[in-house]
Amino acid sequence: MEAKTKDLWVFVETSEDGAAKNVGIELLTPGRLLADKQGGALAAVVIGCGADKAVETASAHGADKVIVVDGPEYRHYTTDAYAAALCALVEKYGPTSMLIGATNNGRDLGPRVSCRLHTGLTADCTGLDIDEESGNVAWTRPAFGGNLMATILCPDHRPQIGTVRPGVFKKGEAAQGRAEVIREDIHVPGDKIRTQVIELIREMGGENVDLEGAEIIVSGGRGVGGPEGFAPIRALAKELGATVGASRAAVDAGWIAHAHQVGQTGKTVGPKLYIACGISGAIQHLAGMSGSDVVVAINKDPDAPIFDVADYGVVGNLFEVLPVLIDELKKARA
Amino acid sequence: MNILVCVKQVPDTTEIKIDPVKNTLIREGVPSIVNPFDGYALEAAARIKDKNPDTKIVALSMGPEQAKAALKECLAIAADKAYLVSDRAFGGSDTLATSYILSHTIQKVEELEGNFDAIFCGKQAIDGDTAQVGPEIAEHLDLPQVTYGLEAEADGGALRVRKEVEEGVEVIAVRTPCVVTFTKPAWEPRYPTLKRKLAAGRAEIPTLTAADLPAIDLANAGLKGSPTKVKRTFVPQKKTGGVKIQEADGGAAAKKLYELLGAAGIV
Repeated sequence: MEAKTKDLWVFVETSEDGAAKNVGIELLTPGRLLADKQGGALAAVVIGCGADKAVETASAHGADKVIVVDGPEYRHYTTDAYAAALCALVEKYGPTSMLIGATNNGRDLGPRVSCRLHTGLTADCTGLDIDEESGNVAWTRPAFGGNLMATILCPDHRPQIGTVRPGVFKKGEAAQGRAEVIREDIHVPGDKIRTQVIELIREMGGENVDLEGAEIIVSGGRGVGGPEGFAPIRALAKELGATVGASRAAVDAGWIAHAHQVGQTGKTVGPKLYIACGISGAIQHLAGMSGSDVVVAINKDPDAPIFDVADYGVVGNLFEVLPVLIDELKKARA
Repeated sequence: MNILVCVKQVPDTTEIKIDPVKNTLIREGVPSIVNPFDGYALEAAARIKDKNPDTKIVALSMGPEQAKAALKECLAIAADKAYLVSDRAFGGSDTLATSYILSHTIQKVEELEGNFDAIFCGKQAIDGDTAQVGPEIAEHLDLPQVTYGLEAEADGGALRVRKEVEEGVEVIAVRTPCVVTFTKPAWEPRYPTLKRKLAAGRAEIPTLTAADLPAIDLANAGLKGSPTKVKRTFVPQKKTGGVKIQEADGGAAAKKLYELLGAAGIV
């Protein structure tokens, strides 16, 4: 389709309580820069149920417009309802580009929407810019397990769409919101929604495994030695209010559930602090965590590749280092 | 049930090395494998067949003639039939063009093998890492989709899929026919038996070409049918300049680390 405006859209995913998920708000930061370069407005698109909080947050983080679709069918994400609503909006307003957070839901929705609109989608981007020659969005993303980066353009189809990794861009400071709020009444009948959630089985012990939204992650790998070896990892995570991650080696050995896995076959993360304990740093793991602001690595092997990406590398036994580190943190808090 | 499993032959990305002088990928000598996530999709189909022995599993791949090796592996593991779709006109396809070609191929294979109740794919291929082709096939065929599946179970006119989500595992009921993409489950896929391996070695794998897909519009296939274009590729720069802490014992190292993190305002 043809773009009807020069506007750039950011899809803001909502939680069931109507709040905005982090990544959508993060994407308003690069969205502002791209929209200014494209000479259009920055619009946040909020789909949810009782999503006023998300509308407010998007407005406070710099959106010029917030387009809202609200209804009970959007309380829980379904491909059919969300794709129908988002495609209807795109067809009505014709933005020139759109950013979607590369969460599980974003990566479920993006291809469905881009295919229906017959346009290009670039998945899982870590870099965004405007190509000077053509004025198109230049989407940069890793491929081959992080061994290669590629910059992709979508020259002849609109909107240009990309999913963008959580944690790559930083949320701006909240300010007085001044966005124009546009409410669209779009409803999807129940018989058009072909999937149904029967139940949600939470992780054992109700442990939160939201790695993609985590600000601090403490991860364990092969060097942890067994399931009980995760005890000091969990203790440090608790002390820091962090989420527990793991390398593929630890997951494959059955020491911890796959939901904790960071890396190419697990989650891609971008916390402020990533602490890798007993992780050698295979390229597949690095691909999943190299977007972290600060990386701390603790490993016995001074030649482990994890040290190549670490800001602070401790050569030592994690079972000696972690208890003392936890003690120091406790002392500082007391 | 009649299940189609889509597979891609990929280079084993764990074996890829970087040429230190030219700073490019060295692809020579890198073994070709069945994309691991497609292996999980095949295993999920095989587990349905374990419980429902009248299930038929058909494997489909798009790629060059060599991709038949990947299809033979699928036959050896669990597939009953396999098809390759291959044509020079398909070269350079991005995910939209690939899924368009596959959706036409699936309709052709359905004429030969009967309609599919479910189409299983890997979550993503480990070379492109896009996770787009599965949902795009679903869109082209107007089928419901479930992504990040771990396991699926037949349930009348529906499938029950265990799906990985941030909070744990969701059980989703999805009407058939449908598309499900699979991620890594807690179990390893089965190995082929010797008997199946021998039979797979002898199996004839039909190749379908553009000429076999009368409804296809080649303007939507290949490089020219692809909305996305690769502008450039490069090898990512390694981060350098980290601080290395080496002390006599772990405790001293921990204290040093704590000091440095504190001084930098990190903790």
